[in-house]
Amino acid sequence: MKFETPAQTNPIDRLKVVGQAHDRIDGPLKTSGLATYAYEHHREVPNVAYGYVVGSAVGKGRIKSLGLDEARRAPGVVTIVTAQDAGPLGKGDRNTAKLLGGPEVDHYHQAVAVVVAETFEQARAAAALVRVDYERGDGRFDLDELLKTAPLTGGDSQEGSGSSPEHRVGKFEEAFGAAPVKLDQRYTTPDQSHAMMEPHATIAAWQGDELTLWTSNQMIAWNKADMAKTLGIPKEKVRLISPYVGGGFGGKLFLRADALMAALAARAAKRPVKLALQRPLMANNTTHRPATRQRVRIGATKDGTITAIAHESGSGDLENGGPETAVNQTELLYAGANRLTSMRLAVLDLPEGNAMRAPGEAPGMMALEIAIDEMAEQLGMDPIAFRIKNDTQVDPKTPTRKFSERNLIRCMQEGAERFGWDKRRAKPAQVRDGRWLVGMGVAAAFRNHVSRPSGARVRLGRDGVVTVESDMTDIGTGSYTIMAQTAAEMMGLPLDKVVVKLGDSSFPASAGSGGQWGAANATSGVYAACVKLREAVAQRLGFNAADVAFEDGQVRSGNRALPLTQAAQDGELLGEDRIEFGKLGKTFQQSTFGAHFVEVGVDAYTGVTRVRRMLAVCAAGRILNPQTARSQVIGAMTMGVGGALMEELAVDTRFGFFVNHDLAGYEVPVHADIPHQEVIFLDEADATANPLKAKGVGELGLCGVGAAVANAIYNATGVRVRDYPITLEKHLERLPSIA
Amino acid sequence: MPELPEFETSRRGVLAVGAGGAVVASTPAIAAPSAVTRGAVPSSQVAFRVNGKAQALRLDPRTTLLDALREHLHLTGTKKGCDHGQCGACTVIVNGQRINSCLSLALQHEGDEITTIEGLGTPDNLHPMQAAFVKHDGFQCGYCTPGQICSAVGVLDEIRQGIPSHVQADISQAPQVTNMELRERMSGNICRCGAYSNIAEAMAEVAGAKA
Repeated sequence: MKFETPAQTNPIDRLKVVGQAHDRIDGPLKTSGLATYAYEHHREVPNVAYGYVVGSAVGKGRIKSLGLDEARRAPGVVTIVTAQDAGPLGKGDRNTAKLLGGPEVDHYHQAVAVVVAETFEQARAAAALVRVDYERGDGRFDLDELLKTAPLTGGDSQEGSGSSPEHRVGKFEEAFGAAPVKLDQRYTTPDQSHAMMEPHATIAAWQGDELTLWTSNQMIAWNKADMAKTLGIPKEKVRLISPYVGGGFGGKLFLRADALMAALAARAAKRPVKLALQRPLMANNTTHRPATRQRVRIGATKDGTITAIAHESGSGDLENGGPETAVNQTELLYAGANRLTSMRLAVLDLPEGNAMRAPGEAPGMMALEIAIDEMAEQLGMDPIAFRIKNDTQVDPKTPTRKFSERNLIRCMQEGAERFGWDKRRAKPAQVRDGRWLVGMGVAAAFRNHVSRPSGARVRLGRDGVVTVESDMTDIGTGSYTIMAQTAAEMMGLPLDKVVVKLGDSSFPASAGSGGQWGAANATSGVYAACVKLREAVAQRLGFNAADVAFEDGQVRSGNRALPLTQAAQDGELLGEDRIEFGKLGKTFQQSTFGAHFVEVGVDAYTGVTRVRRMLAVCAAGRILNPQTARSQVIGAMTMGVGGALMEELAVDTRFGFFVNHDLAGYEVPVHADIPHQEVIFLDEADATANPLKAKGVGELGLCGVGAAVANAIYNATGVRVRDYPITLEKHLERLPSIA
Repeated sequence: MPELPEFETSRRGVLAVGAGGAVVASTPAIAAPSAVTRGAVPSSQVAFRVNGKAQALRLDPRTTLLDALREHLHLTGTKKGCDHGQCGACTVIVNGQRINSCLSLALQHEGDEITTIEGLGTPDNLHPMQAAFVKHDGFQCGYCTPGQICSAVGVLDEIRQGIPSHVQADISQAPQVTNMELRERMSGNICRCGAYSNIAEAMAEVAGAKA
């Protein structure tokens, strides 16, 4: 099905199942421990051996020699695979660094060997006996130093966020120079780690020349292709199975070392091998969100009209990597006749930078939305009023191009009312609650919507149960549930008459989980397949397909009605299709909007920040399941608190690695950090997006949160911190006097 | 291959001293390299009860309780998130107390009564805490969830028993089921999906309190 014109009224609009809050259909399995994650398929794969990955001990260099004899003699060892004996390997289209290092080492903890043994304990012990003699190379590890000479570089996150090396509208410098009110500030965001709870893990099994991987991955089709390419075998010989994914956040978009090393190990061991990346390896072995150095300049007239806006960002990555696209939203979020955005990219020998939840916008909004707050203060305006004044309903670069739906103002206004924004004191450091300095902050949320082709197959069984099959993944996003809701709505069935099977590359390829595109596109694929199934049902029952209605288990046309199950009584019926998209995404700017409100308390004595209240108001098209969508948003808000207050991979610029590479050193929010969170979804349906009229929320919920926290801290203390995370030592000495 | 002698000796030294019962990591003993023998893996017997069922296992002594459950008994509901006691995904209840099963060796549990997520309830007969997690959407990816649920059951029990916490205003009084009390006691269980707000509500419902 090609989606080329805005959606008309369709069966989804009944909203009997879609749009309703439903408990997750995979909930009972997940809460009782019976959902099987990558490392846990012992029923399907007996006789496994255990792999343990050895990571490079240098950030850049060369392996001079490998001493494997002692490890090979260790009890239980089956085999050891290194680059010396892995055979020729390609590199996946989406990998920047190769996944198996040696003799050249590209980054710290790059895999250099996998040790396979009968048990986990034996593999781990033997891995400690692998002797690697390195020649340390000169690495480039200092972002600030390298950005001084880094070239302008464009890039695209492949997740709806892209920008050219330099993007200009009007004459920024002239307009900024002439502006009566100006802001020119610099902001920094650190490297961040996905730190999903389930480590990257894979069981690999070969049958002849066919490879099956039970793995933990967001994008099944990408990784089937990249695994085949890396191994130099046909795609058809690779099967991925990933029914449950224990978190990804972008860290499992790509083929990673767990899958490749398991595949190589299983081939060498001539039996199935399972392995998980040990937690302390993950931060350096896999990808991370790159640090940014950003500069924002805003010029405005005295009444608060933006006349000039510039956002420049610098980041680093390995050779042939890409920039963090932190300036994309600044092309679209606010009006202003004269505009400049640009990105610089330094080549770094740190581990590979890549997508983490809302790549581009997450760090970009952390800077831009502090700048907006600062500018509003300079103008003597309320920060909400300043944003409303500079709202735009068109793409500022191409004013004939409208946003399909843009309800930023309503998000701000409804949020302000709900949050009690009128109680905020514009002058900072005015509110005390015992030892706490109390403040409120706001930030806009913005994230583009992305349309991607997505396929599905639906079967109507003799028992009247509809089964949905797709290689779509559920990484906690609720895919199982919303795809079931879609099929139930389309076929006129209750939710318990639908079964959903996901994450298997033998099913039709879907959009996968990334860039907050999963829900809208995967359900649109189910919609397309259900249209095919409805046609098959109508034909089987002798109806004219054009005017049939599917409801309450019945198929109706005029005053004729037959039970749906009757259509399959002589054998299963099948519908398979995929949604594809025309040019609506170019005709219209399709984005999602929101407003984040945060109240913090800053301890007047210690400078510690505690979040007291949080509210997000989101306008993101039709919300398919308010319960799971809300969870996406509160989860993103939680990650935003992490980014604002604690998350930072500390770079050792001498040796080139992230020092705090486990969950004790890399701090993420815990229960005590997160208060009750509120989410409001505006009633919206974007007919230009897809038949479901839905967009994404999972990343929108993160964009702007960090700045809202930062702005609340400023409102509480009167001390502006522009370097994330806002840890206590950055403002302690400047806090208001205690007496 | 060129050896790294100082590393060699210190590792063996620590092992040798460790075997004697006293570890002095800062002053590595010098021990002559000895050949690692192939094949023989020491193993020991352990017997405990898991979810009411007697289990006898012969295990490599290095096996953690977590790996005994997951790899030997195939009770994979208990999750390995970090293997270092940093995340709480491996939380199980041993003799009525919640513990990180990655931080104890299976052999330390002779005779113990162990309850895992599978022992709390099943999809058709969920424990009230499991049902509350489903109702309040107290999870997303589900990986930390068994640990969260075991921990939540443990927390409510600890409050009932009057065990004090860091956030209690007056530790001479019985702790109350407040939102902050629950959050403090649950803070050893990380949820990167960020379901905390919903977990607090699920726990409050089971405890009969307001979140």
